[in-house]
Amino acid sequence: MPKAKVNGVEVEFEPGMTVLQVAELAGEEIPRFCYHERLSIAGNCRMCLVEVKPGPPKPQASCALPAADNQEIFTNTPMVKKAREGVMEFLLINHPLDCPICDQGGECDLQDQAVGYGRDGSRFGLNKRAVEEKAMGPLINTVMTRCIQCTRCVRFITEVAGVAEIGLISRGEDVEITTYLGSAVTSELSGNVIDLCPVGALTSKPYAFNARPWELKKTETVDVMDAMGAAIRIDSRGPAVLRVLPRVNEDVNEEWISDKTRFAVDGLSRQRLDSPFIRENGRLRPATWAEALSLAAARLSSAKPERIGTIAGDLQDAESLKATLDLFRALGSANTDCRQDGMALGTGPRESWLFNAGISGLEDIDVLLLVGTNPRLEAAVLNARLRRRWLSGDLQVGLVGTPSDLTYDFDHLGETASALTALAKARSGFAKVLKGAKAPALVIGTGALSGPHGAAVAHAAAQVAKAFGMSWNVLHTAASRVGGLDMGFLPAEGGLDARAMTAKGALDVLFLLGADEIDLSASDAFRIYLGSHGDAGAHAADLILPASAYTEKDGLYVNLEGRVQMGQRAVFPKGEAREDWAILRALSERLGKTLPYDSLDQLRARLFADHPSFGQIDWAPRGQADLSAIGAAGDVGDTPLSSAVKAFHLTNPVARASVTMAECAALAAGPAKLAAE
Amino acid sequence: MSVRRLAANQPDSFAFSAESLKQVKAWIARFPEGRQQSAVIPMLWIVQKQQGWVSEPAIRVVAETLGMPVIRVYEVATFYTMFMLEPVGSHALVQVCGTTPCMLRGANDLKAVCQRRFGDRDHLSADGKVTWQEVECLGACSNAPMAAINDYYYEDLTPEIFEQILDEFIAGKPRAPGSVIGRQGSAPEGGSAVLQAASLYDGTAAKALKSLPNAEPKTRGKAKEAAQ
Amino acid sequence: MVGILEDKDRIFTNLYGVHDWGLEGAKRRGAWNGTRLMLEQTPEWLCDQIKASGLRGRGGAGFSTGLKWTFMPKAEGLRPHYLVINADESEPGTCKDREILRNDPHLLIEGALIASYAIRAHTCYIYIRGEYVHERERLEAAIKQAYEAKLIGKGNVHGWDFDVFVTHGGGAYICGDETALMESLEGKKGQPRLKPPFPAGAGIYGCPTTINNVESISVVGTILRRGAAWFSGFGRPNNTGTKLMAISGHVNKPCVVEETMSIPLKQLLEDHCGGIRGGWGNLKAVIPGGSSVRMIPAHEAETALMDFDSLSALKSGLGTAAVIVMDQSTDIVRAIARLSYFYKHESCGQCTPCREGTGWMWRVMERMATGEADMKEIDMLLDVASQIEGHTICGLGDAAAWPIQGLFRHFRPEVEARITNYRAGKPHVQGASLQAAE
Repeated sequence: MPKAKVNGVEVEFEPGMTVLQVAELAGEEIPRFCYHERLSIAGNCRMCLVEVKPGPPKPQASCALPAADNQEIFTNTPMVKKAREGVMEFLLINHPLDCPICDQGGECDLQDQAVGYGRDGSRFGLNKRAVEEKAMGPLINTVMTRCIQCTRCVRFITEVAGVAEIGLISRGEDVEITTYLGSAVTSELSGNVIDLCPVGALTSKPYAFNARPWELKKTETVDVMDAMGAAIRIDSRGPAVLRVLPRVNEDVNEEWISDKTRFAVDGLSRQRLDSPFIRENGRLRPATWAEALSLAAARLSSAKPERIGTIAGDLQDAESLKATLDLFRALGSANTDCRQDGMALGTGPRESWLFNAGISGLEDIDVLLLVGTNPRLEAAVLNARLRRRWLSGDLQVGLVGTPSDLTYDFDHLGETASALTALAKARSGFAKVLKGAKAPALVIGTGALSGPHGAAVAHAAAQVAKAFGMSWNVLHTAASRVGGLDMGFLPAEGGLDARAMTAKGALDVLFLLGADEIDLSASDAFRIYLGSHGDAGAHAADLILPASAYTEKDGLYVNLEGRVQMGQRAVFPKGEAREDWAILRALSERLGKTLPYDSLDQLRARLFADHPSFGQIDWAPRGQADLSAIGAAGDVGDTPLSSAVKAFHLTNPVARASVTMAECAALAAGPAKLAAE
Repeated sequence: MSVRRLAANQPDSFAFSAESLKQVKAWIARFPEGRQQSAVIPMLWIVQKQQGWVSEPAIRVVAETLGMPVIRVYEVATFYTMFMLEPVGSHALVQVCGTTPCMLRGANDLKAVCQRRFGDRDHLSADGKVTWQEVECLGACSNAPMAAINDYYYEDLTPEIFEQILDEFIAGKPRAPGSVIGRQGSAPEGGSAVLQAASLYDGTAAKALKSLPNAEPKTRGKAKEAAQ
Repeated sequence: MVGILEDKDRIFTNLYGVHDWGLEGAKRRGAWNGTRLMLEQTPEWLCDQIKASGLRGRGGAGFSTGLKWTFMPKAEGLRPHYLVINADESEPGTCKDREILRNDPHLLIEGALIASYAIRAHTCYIYIRGEYVHERERLEAAIKQAYEAKLIGKGNVHGWDFDVFVTHGGGAYICGDETALMESLEGKKGQPRLKPPFPAGAGIYGCPTTINNVESISVVGTILRRGAAWFSGFGRPNNTGTKLMAISGHVNKPCVVEETMSIPLKQLLEDHCGGIRGGWGNLKAVIPGGSSVRMIPAHEAETALMDFDSLSALKSGLGTAAVIVMDQSTDIVRAIARLSYFYKHESCGQCTPCREGTGWMWRVMERMATGEADMKEIDMLLDVASQIEGHTICGLGDAAAWPIQGLFRHFRPEVEARITNYRAGKPHVQGASLQAAE
């Protein structure tokens, strides 16, 4: 390995590393503004200047300079000090002195580096430049006078998000960051520019003036807004969740999160169920826990086991699923289902419902076939990884289903599943591409797997995967789904599935475990809703048991790859609400079927014992499905295979309670022009 | 220069004329396939020739034609100062070079003429006939001071002649561009003392060369091979 | 005789456009003569000849043209090679390429073919500044003639398939920087790229590219016709050849003229320009290489030679050999302040020191010009200049700093006196602060 000396200390480095990276290897901190590991190198801020020998007698931008063998790098010479002080001074002469009213205060790179590398006074006695305010939509607050033109936002939106909507216009000292005529940024990943902005130019609009970073309690947990399980940090103050930020998890979300993950949090303080409710004379009235649990127990025990059933929703932790499942089995019911959408997977080996290539494994694929999915809406961060793979070259993408802008090019092979049957037989076109592929992957969306032809479509897709040796990847949209399937939260022998349970006259008691995305209009059962939000499920309920949102409980979630991750409680449940598993435990006692666990730890122990896969925290399997066992041959139908996600911002009760998301949804649905005023 | 912005009042739409479209196609053809973005500056120029300035709908049309994100075209249109983002005078767009070489020879006096006649720079004159600007070095320094009027250069100006020329433009009868004192290009005033030798122009130099100095024996085959 | 160079040794024989600029006229003056013989030689031979001629890039940087050509890959791979000709002549004081473009375009086209062959390129783009509308029209017409005569194009008489396309800019000095030019040519803002990668490795469209100045390319044909030794016989070692020089400012007869390298500056001004307005004694200072180099005062101009080494020894530079002459009547502070405005106006805004520093320097220079600045601001200004110089992506930062450094190197007492007078109630220019501001 080549070697270099950093301030006299020798370090070995990988060929291809930059001087900045080598200096960091040696433990030297290099200040920077424009440089970011995950973006292209711009080299424009000039903060990372260092001295190198051999080299010209002037400082060099270390972020952009490839390190060379036997190079000497200096970060502490007078030349470097002067360079840093100079750049710092230039950055500050036109930067406003408005730190006391700036949301970036306390977490501002410019502040920190000014203290670390700047001079103490200012020599600039002239007027500072003011920049006209810009609009970027409901999520991003702009104070463009603070902008230091590092172009991180431009590069992120163009390169990672794949939606070239932010630019740097004009030139010289008049350059300005803007969208086209102030239109809103439409990317599902737009909020990440807020994290990337090293100053207070782009800040969170919903979070504006809410808190200072040092007031906040920081809780590291996982996201449930989609099935990826992005690593997040919840910042809360007292009972309120104020914001969500990404954490780094290279295998899952790297350091990005979607706008829904970031901005749906105001939904956590709206439409909340903070007390039990009982429907009387058609109206819900607040009740005590004792009343509510007694009523639930009475209804459940008075019905025959085959006349009760439960449907689990999309945001549930594995523990509450397990407790519900155990309770219903104890009651003798076979009517259990965690698939509100009725997707036709869940039997057979686990690999048949996993994303077997793994999220990070997408880096290694060379041909991608998308079936009935829009990854951009269903897993926006995963889509960014697909885009990066596509940008790096030689990735061919085919799509069967409804086409839309995915931020990368694809061959549209057809709208309906008949394109799959054709593909399996074809020899030319995309089939030829697949034939020549070394690591092809098929990604199927739950939109294709649901509906009357779901099983047949699954079968047809599996046949294609088999014919071309493709990995089988199910792109789930529900955070709870894989966990539910893994523990068999499915109809037992002779049991009803979710759709059947909601049919007229099917059941006497229907227990909805946070299920809000299923049509209950035909159901005439007594409906018990356990959940956190006053959404569709609660509206249709006869009895409401108030439970916790994902930020209010410890819980396990299994992401689409089969990776088990642990969520942490950031704040306490609202009002009278309790943690889900504890409610179920109390209910079981009333029913005389006491669940055999008195604490969450005992519940987890039971879960791990019954389903060992849950014990493998933070680990994702990389298996291959038995493709011949997937789905069932049959009529694939002629409806277009469309994405399960129609409105990105409104997929779950938290998001639907969020004013911010409602605003975004309106923008996304309406003519996107409304911004230009 | 202040921040370059699009005009407040914009037309509803823009479409290339048949003539412009022909030029657009020719420009795009100059660049390799998939690199049609290279034609964006010439295309904005064509827009400006057709429309007199570059309007917002035109920016969108250019983006669409070249398959570029509209923000990229917007960046280009605001970066390059030749693009007029507001309507300009119907009779003359006067660009007085104000950089030092012209300033040393009286550009400030030319600016004063414009200021007196047409008011503030970068705006339409009261009658809408003229827009004047101070621009940076136009690359005709040996013929300073000078101004570009509607694309072409008028050189070796004095305030008096300059004003006459402006009047001619306003009257719709502009004179031919070039030095207004009759200089031959950038030759010294009064004629050049060099480039007088008749042998330069009598065809002597056109007598076909038989060989080149220092040439190696014919290596054409080898050369082609080496090069391909 | 006037000057040093004799008529028989001039390359640009239609410099003033007296004669026919078209193909017939150009051929009659020797263009396209022996081109075929040149292309029968190897690319290496061509590079060697140009190296031997001592030709240094005429765009200002003065890098050996022949050596630059050898940086290109030795064989064309999957990526095509490109020659790009920089006709974005925008350096204040410089107006020499314009004369080639409009009066001797065939020398350029011929040179482009030869250079392309030498670097194994089949395509050449000539990037001409947008304001040169007439020059572009002339050049396009000349290219059309060359195509029609099958001198260039596919299957041309020279046996090297070769296309040349003209493209143009939109008013941005920075596009004269080779990497900014490449960005602009690709249809983007002209913001210079980081180097490495260098153009010979990854230039336009990520392909190997050589970028040369118009004049550098236009002299190639004649050098090869007359021999490297002929060309290197002019001037001093390391500063050889003939060179177009453009003289502007306070001379009696400003002009563009071809002269030998190393001609004494005084002789150039006296012989070709009719001397300084008011006589040599009336000379105050000269900016000898375009606005980006430091000025030299009259006593240094007395002995300076117009070449790289002589002028860099005077802490100035040959640049593009664009001589801006300032006589005693010049408000030299304002002259430099105007250049500071130019650099502020032309900064691309990409990197911090130039974006923020050029505007700062200009505003302080305006205060200096009126005298309202503080005395201590002089050292601050020089320090700010040094914080820009050498800290930017491209050379514009340096170019903005040098004129100011040159001013204070030679005329600091004048600025100080102006400040003192202003304080004493004798302002130099009444209320003219920020005159150029908008």
